[in-house]
Amino acid sequence: MGARVVVLGSGIAGHTAASFLRKWLGKEHEVIVVSPKTDYNWIPSNIWVGVGLLRPDQVLFPLPPVYKRAGIDYRQAKAVAIHPEGTGDDHQACVAIEYTSPEKLGQQERVAYDYLINATGPKLNFDATPGLGPDKNTVSVCTADHAAHASQLLDEKVERMRKGERQKFLVGMGHGTCTCQGAAFEYIVNLEFELRHRGVREMADITYLSNEYELGDFGMGGLHLRQGGYVTPSKIFTESLFAERGIDWVTRSHVSKIEPGRVFFETLAGEEKELPFDMAMLLPPFRGAALSAFDRNGADITARLFAPSGFMKVDADYTAKPYEEWRAADWPRTYQTAFTNIFAAGIAFAPPHPVSVPRQSPKGTNITPAPPRTGMPSAIIGKAVARSIVDMIHGAKEPTQTASMAEMGAACVASAGANPFTGTAASITVFPIVPDFEKYPEYGRDLNHTFGEIGLAGHWIKILLHHLFLHKARMRPLWSLIPE
Amino acid sequence: MTSPKSTRPMGRDEHWLTVTKPTATTRFFRTFLPWQFIRFIVINVKMVRIIAMGHHPKRS
Ligand SMILES: Cc1cc2nc3c(=O)[nH]c(=O)nc-3n(C[C@H](O)[C@H](O)[C@H](O)COP(=O)(O)OP(=O)(O)OC[C@H]3O[C@@H](n4cnc5c(N)ncnc54)[C@H](O)[C@@H]3O)c2cc1C
Repeated sequence: MGARVVVLGSGIAGHTAASFLRKWLGKEHEVIVVSPKTDYNWIPSNIWVGVGLLRPDQVLFPLPPVYKRAGIDYRQAKAVAIHPEGTGDDHQACVAIEYTSPEKLGQQERVAYDYLINATGPKLNFDATPGLGPDKNTVSVCTADHAAHASQLLDEKVERMRKGERQKFLVGMGHGTCTCQGAAFEYIVNLEFELRHRGVREMADITYLSNEYELGDFGMGGLHLRQGGYVTPSKIFTESLFAERGIDWVTRSHVSKIEPGRVFFETLAGEEKELPFDMAMLLPPFRGAALSAFDRNGADITARLFAPSGFMKVDADYTAKPYEEWRAADWPRTYQTAFTNIFAAGIAFAPPHPVSVPRQSPKGTNITPAPPRTGMPSAIIGKAVARSIVDMIHGAKEPTQTASMAEMGAACVASAGANPFTGTAASITVFPIVPDFEKYPEYGRDLNHTFGEIGLAGHWIKILLHHLFLHKARMRPLWSLIPE
Repeated sequence: MTSPKSTRPMGRDEHWLTVTKPTATTRFFRTFLPWQFIRFIVINVKMVRIIAMGHHPKRS
């Protein structure tokens, strides 16, 4: 009899997992994707939507036709609860879902599974900071809609500058525990580039506001690169990039409140400060999707499957320990949970601890970037989990693949201005993503594989990746040959 | 690229008096087409190497 694999979420991790499951599993097995939005969003290109260079429809496409063609059963719904032991006398594991499609809006259903992948990504936790978010006083580029809204506001500000009004732009982190500094970095340099392009740069004050201890931390505790005869920290390159563009910066900050035109923040030194703005793009901290779990008798076992942050607990070492005792081996390898047929992939898994040095203000406010959760590891984890499940369906006793962020590298291209001749991007490779100080005692990383360079070639690569990854996500011919 | 001077926030910490800045030559090569074609290939090779080191069959 065929097995049924249910994938929750159709972002980078879930969609990659579902695509490969379908490719590797025979037709007797079922692949079901449950996801509340019908569109796939190539999130990295939202940055260009946010500065008006792309339209939302250039970073979105509808998934149902792709799934239909591939033979994947798609339910437009959000997962609400997991019943790993089944319910009552029915021992069949299942997940409770609630439809979000207009036809079935609010209808509930239980979907049985043999294997479950939770790839529900982040919940954008704007509520963590009063006044944060596109419904309140700031804009975001986390979704294509948010980015389109940011672009509209930018147009308004440009008009004002053309009329001679100076404008203050603030970009960065909306909370002391945010991650995704790379996205804020990309947005601020693209914004600066675009303002120059529109001829109003001289009328703009641009400031980066971050929870990082130093610029270039990126939630990875920074990185070191060999360049010009020196091993140089990423702080030097990031500061240089900002200084070159006349962008000011404030680090070591936790945004505590935002009022229209004014952001209030606390610094690691304990000072309470504020900054005025005309337009602020501040990212929210992430939480896990609000899923619960119940045992057969209906008792709540959410804490067994999920960390307090809402992310799913997998095969990581979650023992609380001081920074000095953090090890690469704490990071999960197979992404299997306490239930051997449930896995988490992408942002949905709970990291064991941050990567950056944890720091608190005198008041005890945590001002530490959360660990990086970028697209490449999300896709690699999705694919590895899919392969393990396929092998388990075919008889393997345990997961056959590992994809630890402390054993894999990442390639990342951060756009620093989009133009085919004058644009640039920072191309970065890092190995491993999570530093391993036992293996690489000095810097935690292999400097032969950790590299960074700014130039037009990076922009071309970024464009190439945009098209390649959209081609892959659409499951067009030869999609599976395109690497994660 | 020249830094827009009028945007320097006078009176605040002037970070960029203490930071490393690229020379005109470095900036020139960042968008110099022949050099960037070569870098395009080199960076792609580096990235493919990293991707190849991606995930592994489980070693116990
Ligand atoms: C502006 C921006 C720029 C970025 N740029 C880059 C970049 O240049 N390079 C890079 O590598 N990474 C980048 N990232 C990070 C990258 O986008 C994420 O790492 C990646 O999207 C994570 O994939 P995921 O599948 O875990 O989550 P997501 O892609 O967020 O997908 C989560 C999925 O789960 C669904 N979902 C949510 N709740 C439920 C539920 N209850 N039930 C079922 N489904 C649910 C969502 O609808 C979605 O389909 C960027 C992020 C942002 C915000």
